[in-house]
Amino acid sequence: MVVELYLDLLSQPCRSVYIFAKKNNIPFEFKHVELLKGQHLSEEFVKVNLLRKVPALKDGAFTLAESIAILLYLSRKFNTPDHWYPSDVQKRARVDEYLSWQHTSIRPQGCKVYDIKAMVPLLMDKPFPPEKLEEEIKDLNFSLKQFEEKFLQDKPFIAGGEISLADLMALEELVQPVAVGCDVFEGRSKLAEWRSRVEEAIGKELFEQAHEVVLNTKDLSAAQFSPQLKEQLIQMLQKELK
Amino acid sequence: MVVELYLDLLCQPCRSVYIFAKKNNIPFEFKHVELLKGEHLCEEFDKVNLLRKVPALRDGNFTLAESIAILLYLSRKFNTPDHWYPSDVQKRARVDEYLSWQHTAIRGNKCLWALHPFPAERLERAVEDLKSTMKQFEEKFLQDKPFIVGSEISLADLMAIAELMQALGAGWDVFEGRPKLTEWRHRVEEAIGKELFREAHEVLLNARDTGAAPLPLRY
Repeated sequence: MVVELYLDLLSQPCRSVYIFAKKNNIPFEFKHVELLKGQHLSEEFVKVNLLRKVPALKDGAFTLAESIAILLYLSRKFNTPDHWYPSDVQKRARVDEYLSWQHTSIRPQGCKVYDIKAMVPLLMDKPFPPEKLEEEIKDLNFSLKQFEEKFLQDKPFIAGGEISLADLMALEELVQPVAVGCDVFEGRSKLAEWRSRVEEAIGKELFEQAHEVVLNTKDLSAAQFSPQLKEQLIQMLQKELK
Repeated sequence: MVVELYLDLLCQPCRSVYIFAKKNNIPFEFKHVELLKGEHLCEEFDKVNLLRKVPALRDGNFTLAESIAILLYLSRKFNTPDHWYPSDVQKRARVDEYLSWQHTAIRGNKCLWALHPFPAERLERAVEDLKSTMKQFEEKFLQDKPFIVGSEISLADLMAIAELMQALGAGWDVFEGRPKLTEWRHRVEEAIGKELFREAHEVLLNARDTGAAPLPLRY
């Protein structure tokens, strides 16, 4: 029985899991959970993940939520190369440190910029006040500053000389605002060079494949949203952006 | 050279790290970083943690932020008993799953909960988050098991208890009317040891009872 990965490549952590599995030739069944259609809120999906979020994993009777838990589980089960989660205690700690920090310090900021620019216009009648977007971009800029100064510094990758789970997660967070025209790499040469290294380490073809959906965000239309769930999605958006 | 742990026991992740180190007899130097005095914002502390947060660790030249990274580092360096972070792949995944989820379960800086009076505009949101979190915690993570992973305490329970005690420190009895949660709390307390548990929570519960000074604006 092959591992099932429940994913929507619009979502950053889903892309990290997808890239990791593909890069490491981990056999899996791609189970598409379309967020715009509210499929993550269905009763069927609740059996896989009570938290109603993607990514999620099912391995026989075992189900698992949370991208970090899933990445670590896959790395252990399939014995992936050491550099992804180095056995060196201090390097490993650096990866843990980034994976912990990013939840509240980069993910929400990137998500908010994406949602304000992409989701609000499609779901809501009136646009978000531009000052609000400015505020969120300011927060994002602060996070990027911390990322460069504390986590990347002058190293090729977060943990040192090789790509790890930390870089994979970080990259996806930064692709999110880029997808809505907020180019976080512009004017940040060190960050742009890191991004090129990550792209190369992943492989250009897989990189392109994984990003195709999100980079076509401008082609999303209101028609793609499930009408029954529109209200629910609006409420979730309002709560997030409060 | 002994490991230095930069802590303020008003803050829940600091308590988790403190309890873990004490429980496992890990030799360390307690470096008090008083949040209420803004000591986390001073230049001296920047050298330990550029992110200006506690807990932080220093081990010789090696500095480390983030409670989860610190707990895992200590568990590996000091080879703590398996149940804290089980080697069984699926049990370990359950711990990872909780540790990942708990970051965003309740939004905002919960260290502020030790403040009196609690900023009113955040109160409503905090209570809303807390109720939703309690429900998810019981239904998804605890279910009918003695501990989050199964039959023994792990890092997940340690982080969870600190979180719930923080609410208690803000004057909300999150255990009231929740017998399953209450029983779990007692089991965790027993596994940690009543004395260590009491010691770790003294600062927090005193802040609740006596009222804390306002935090510097830059928090």
